[in-house]
Amino acid sequence: MNNPYIVLPVIFQLFTAVLLMFFWFRVNAQRLITIICSLISVGIAIWLFNEVYNRGILTMQAGEWQAPFGITFVADIFSATMVLLTAISGMAVAVFSTGSIRNARLKFGYFPILNFLLMGLQGAFLTGDIFNLYVWFEIIIIASFVLITIGGEKAQIEGAMKYVTMNLLASAIFLTAIAILYGMAGSLNMADLSGQVAQIENRGLVNVVAILFLVGFGIKSAIFPLYFWLPASYHTPPPAISAIFGGLLTKVGVYALIRIFTLIFIPDEFLSNLLIIMAALTILSGGLGAILQVNMRKIFSYLIVCHIGFMIAGLGIYTELAILGAIFYLIHDIIVKTNLFLISGLIFKLKGTLNIEKLGGLYKKYPKYSLLIAIPLFSLVGIPPLSGFWAKLFLIEGGYLEGQYTLVGFILLGSFLTLWVIAKLWSEVFWKESVDLPKKINVKYFYELKPFKQWAMIIPIVILTVISLYIGLAAEHIVVLSKQISSELMNPSAYIEAVLGTKTDMP
Amino acid sequence: MELLLVMLIGLLYASGIYMMLRRSMVKLIIGLILLGNGANMLIFLLGRIVKGKPPIIDSASKMLTEIYADPVPQALILTAIVISFGLQSFAIILVKRAYKITATDDLDELNTTDEIYE
Repeated sequence: MNNPYIVLPVIFQLFTAVLLMFFWFRVNAQRLITIICSLISVGIAIWLFNEVYNRGILTMQAGEWQAPFGITFVADIFSATMVLLTAISGMAVAVFSTGSIRNARLKFGYFPILNFLLMGLQGAFLTGDIFNLYVWFEIIIIASFVLITIGGEKAQIEGAMKYVTMNLLASAIFLTAIAILYGMAGSLNMADLSGQVAQIENRGLVNVVAILFLVGFGIKSAIFPLYFWLPASYHTPPPAISAIFGGLLTKVGVYALIRIFTLIFIPDEFLSNLLIIMAALTILSGGLGAILQVNMRKIFSYLIVCHIGFMIAGLGIYTELAILGAIFYLIHDIIVKTNLFLISGLIFKLKGTLNIEKLGGLYKKYPKYSLLIAIPLFSLVGIPPLSGFWAKLFLIEGGYLEGQYTLVGFILLGSFLTLWVIAKLWSEVFWKESVDLPKKINVKYFYELKPFKQWAMIIPIVILTVISLYIGLAAEHIVVLSKQISSELMNPSAYIEAVLGTKTDMP
Repeated sequence: MELLLVMLIGLLYASGIYMMLRRSMVKLIIGLILLGNGANMLIFLLGRIVKGKPPIIDSASKMLTEIYADPVPQALILTAIVISFGLQSFAIILVKRAYKITATDDLDELNTTDEIYE
C-alpha cells in the first residue's frame, strides 16, 4: 500500500537537527528542544509501527517513479520495529546527554549531529534500495565520526583513527559489492534484485558478491575476524555517545545482513556454514575478550561483539525459528546495550572511575541505583524471566532442531562467559568493600550536578529498564512480533509484491 | 577499452590496499582515496561502456529499443564521489589533528587506547 508519510521519522529527525542548529550556542534551548523533539519522534515511530502492524507493508516511491526505477522506501514490520527501537534508544540517549554531556561539547554541535545520526539510522531501516542504503550508511558514519571525535581528547582521536579507517574500508567494499551486483542484475531495488539474482546462472559470482556484502557489513557489525576496531574505539568517547554506538550502530549492520541474506542472497550450504563458523568464533572471541578487561566500558564493548555472534548464529541456522530467535535477540540487545553504556556513564559520574578493580561498595552506598542496574545486567545474562533468556531459548531450540549441536554449544558457552563476566563485575563493583578513591579535579561528580541533570541521567535508565522488563515479562507479545517478522523475512513474496506492485512467482 | 579499465581498476585496488597497510597515517589516507576511486571506476565499467548512444527517446517512439548508455551508473558515481569527498576531507583533518596530538605519523604508536583502565 502506498503511503508517502512513512518517511516521516526521517524527515522529522532532519527537521530537529536543522532546528537545533539555529540555537548553536544556546545550550539550554538545545536541551529543551532535544527532549521535546525526541519524545515526538518516539510518538511518530509508534504511529508508524501501529500503521504497519494493522495494515501490512507500506511503501513510498520517491517522486512517483515506479519501482524498480525510482528510490523506494518500504516499511515492513521489521523496518517499523527497528525504527521504533531507534527512536526509543535515541530518546534515552538524548535525554541522558542533556545531563551528562558538558557545555563545551554541546557548543560544538553535539545535539544536531546526534539527530543527523538518528536520521541516518531511520533512513537505513526504511529504505528499499541498495544504493540508497549505502548513502544512509555514509550519513550514519560521517555523523558518528564527528560524535566520536567531538571534544578532541587524545584517546578519542586515537580511537577515531581506527574507527574511521575501518568504516571507510567497509564502505569501499560495500560500494564494490553494489557495483558488481548492478553489473550482474542491472537493478538496485532490493525487491527487484531478489528475483533478478535468483535467475543468474553464474552462482560463483553471486557468492563472491554475497561475501563482499558479508565483509562490508561484517566490519560495521563487528563479526569475527573483523571486529578489532570496536573494542579499540568504543570506550573513548563520552558514555552517551558509546551508548548510541553500542546500541544501534553495530545493529544496523546486523539488520542489513539479515535483510540482504533473506531477500537477495539466499544462503546456500557454503554461505550458511561460513556464517555459522563466523558466529561461533565471534561468540568465543568476544566472550573471552570480556573476561580479560578491567575497564567497564571495554567489558561491555567485548560483550557487544559476543552477542552479535548470537544474531549471526540465528541467521546462519536459517530456519524460521532461528531467525525468530535472532530478531528477538536484536530487539532485546538494542535496549539492553544502550542501557548498559548509560549505566557506565552513571557509575563514572558516581565514582570517577570505571576500573572495576578500583570500584566497590556501590550496593552499600546506593542500594536503589544498584537494584535498578541489576535488572539490565541480569537480563543481559539471560536469567529467566528477563529478556535475554527467551531469545536464547529460541536460538538454541532452532539450532537443536537443525542438528547444529556445535553451534548450540557455542551459544551456551557464550551465555556462560557472559554470566561469568557479569558475576565478576557485580561482585567487584557492587559487593566488594569500597576503597577511598582520590577525588579527581577534572570530573564533575554526580552529587555536584544540578537536580535537573541528575534526573536527566536517571530517567532514561529507568525507562530502558522498564522496557527490558516488559520484553522479558510480556515475552509473548515480542514472540508474536518476532514470529511475524521472521515469517515475512523467510517468505519475501509479500514484500516484493508490495514494492513492485505485481504478483511474482517466487517459491 | 574494457581491458584497459580492468587493469586500471585492479591497479587502483591493489595500490590502495598496499598503501593502507603501510604504517604512515598519510599513506593510509592516500590508500583510502585510491580505493574509493577504484570502486567508482568499477561502477563505471560494470554499467557497460556504450559509445555514442545517449538514452534519448526520439519523438516517434515511446521507449528505447536499441542499445543505449545506461545513465544510472553515472548518477551512482557522482553520488559516491560527493560522499567520498566529504569523508576524505574529514579523514585528512583527523589525521592532521592526530599528528598534532600524538606527534607521530606511525600508526603502530596509536595504542594508548588499549591502556585505558579508568
